[in-house]
Amino acid sequence: MGIEAQFQKVEEKLFQNRYLVDSGQPHIKVMPHDKPSKNLLAMTHLCPAGCYSQAENGQVELTADGCLECGTCRILCEPAGEITWEYPRGGYGILFKFG
Amino acid sequence: MIDEKFDAIVIGAGMAGNAAAYTMASRGLKVLQLERGEYPGSKNVQGGILYADMLEKIIPEFRGEAPLERRLIEQRFWFMTDKAHTGMHYRNDDFNEERPNRYTIIRSQFDRWFSRQAQEKGAILLCETTAIELIRDGYGKVIGVRTDRSGGPVHADVVVLAEGVNGLLGTRAELRPRPAAEHVALAVKEMHFLPAETIESRFNLKADEGAVIEAAGTISNGMAGMGFIYTNKESISVGMGCLVSDFAENSVSPAQLLDTFKKHPSVAPLIAGSEVKEYAAHLIPEGGFKAVPQLFGDGWVICGDAGQLNNAVHREGSNLAMTSGRMAGEAIFQIKSRRETMTKANLALYKKMLDESFVMKDLRKHKDMPALLHNQASNLFLTYPELISKAMENFVRVDGKPKIDKEKDTVRNFRKARGFGLIGDAIRIARAWR
Repeated sequence: MGIEAQFQKVEEKLFQNRYLVDSGQPHIKVMPHDKPSKNLLAMTHLCPAGCYSQAENGQVELTADGCLECGTCRILCEPAGEITWEYPRGGYGILFKFG
Repeated sequence: MIDEKFDAIVIGAGMAGNAAAYTMASRGLKVLQLERGEYPGSKNVQGGILYADMLEKIIPEFRGEAPLERRLIEQRFWFMTDKAHTGMHYRNDDFNEERPNRYTIIRSQFDRWFSRQAQEKGAILLCETTAIELIRDGYGKVIGVRTDRSGGPVHADVVVLAEGVNGLLGTRAELRPRPAAEHVALAVKEMHFLPAETIESRFNLKADEGAVIEAAGTISNGMAGMGFIYTNKESISVGMGCLVSDFAENSVSPAQLLDTFKKHPSVAPLIAGSEVKEYAAHLIPEGGFKAVPQLFGDGWVICGDAGQLNNAVHREGSNLAMTSGRMAGEAIFQIKSRRETMTKANLALYKKMLDESFVMKDLRKHKDMPALLHNQASNLFLTYPELISKAMENFVRVDGKPKIDKEKDTVRNFRKARGFGLIGDAIRIARAWR
């Protein structure tokens, strides 16, 4: 069984959630880099919402729309300045129905 | 923004913030509470188990009013291998007492209720408002906060930072460090909905009775972590948490880890046919006593997860949050009633109250446990569950092999594992637990 069939896609999990996306105002930004650091690269596996991915040129990209605001990437990548991490504006972002 | 000064501004409407706001407002203090979510609880995640005693000390009559899911009458610990689990179940009808000790709760519902109680006592709650900066006077004393709403800062005598484990405010103001990766766990959780009767028959429960399963072993891939299954009224919370440092080292996907746990032959039948309605993730403070930052200063206190106040061994987070929030509120009220100012020296009263309570006493008791879990993860979570499972299989399976040989096998397995530090680990655990 391939990984695809074995595990549910993260996007399918996120589909159940309620968000108010602040369009065009991502609260997390990846700083420009030639080669991603170990921690930044790890985020492509680690992010529970699958927001991080590696592009063909090897750089790590971020789509923050499905972010669960857990802060894992902040813990790992903010200290060395690989990302910036702010809260979404008040009322925006993930809105847990149950939590 | 608001042209008046408050006695206290509380950042966050979670367990710690609501306890602090309630405690201060019910004693007549002018309290402003800021919450960045759409409603209290909309950014909060918990397993979640509520311990009655700590809430009772704040709102004695909560049982008739609060949105509680099930009272817990059974606790199961599972040591898991890929196909088996060895369990210890503790069930006691005494937990069906008149004032039950533990309940499952759903945080977004509970937090809304708790916050409403604080508001009824007079606290002013502003939702959809993100506090972005602490304001200080020329001497460095915190005198208010700036928010993302238009208008100037809001001023208060003291700011209660109940902003959670991932709070930015205290870190940005350099009041506390950003938590280290080995001091926080990342937990992911799904809400599986099933009819109440189905949950009751699968877990052997009567109406309103609940059970929890906490599981460790190969499910965490050798990382320090655990799985959990909590019964709510019409849903089951299924989750998995591991230290962020371990996740980073192993580049494991938390979502896939959770899916593997859900597919475990011991877990799958419990949630079969359920409808998943939410997938959540949150950090849990796991640093213990040694990771607790300075909790008070001129014009500020830190409560709850923001102060790493979580007992990782007993998995008590929300009750330490509630208790620290209540104590901060009581300390601030006492200082205020003496007509004194919110200086660091005066706010030390809050820390003194924490030190004399179970909060710091319990954290101190287990101060070596977090490091142990971190350093010995692969033994504790991979080797030992396998050994226990093998021993059980040797005992239970009847296959014509003489019992004496089976017992020898078991002893040999444990001896072999000793090379990995079985005895040493046992001593270290005993010490950390003492």
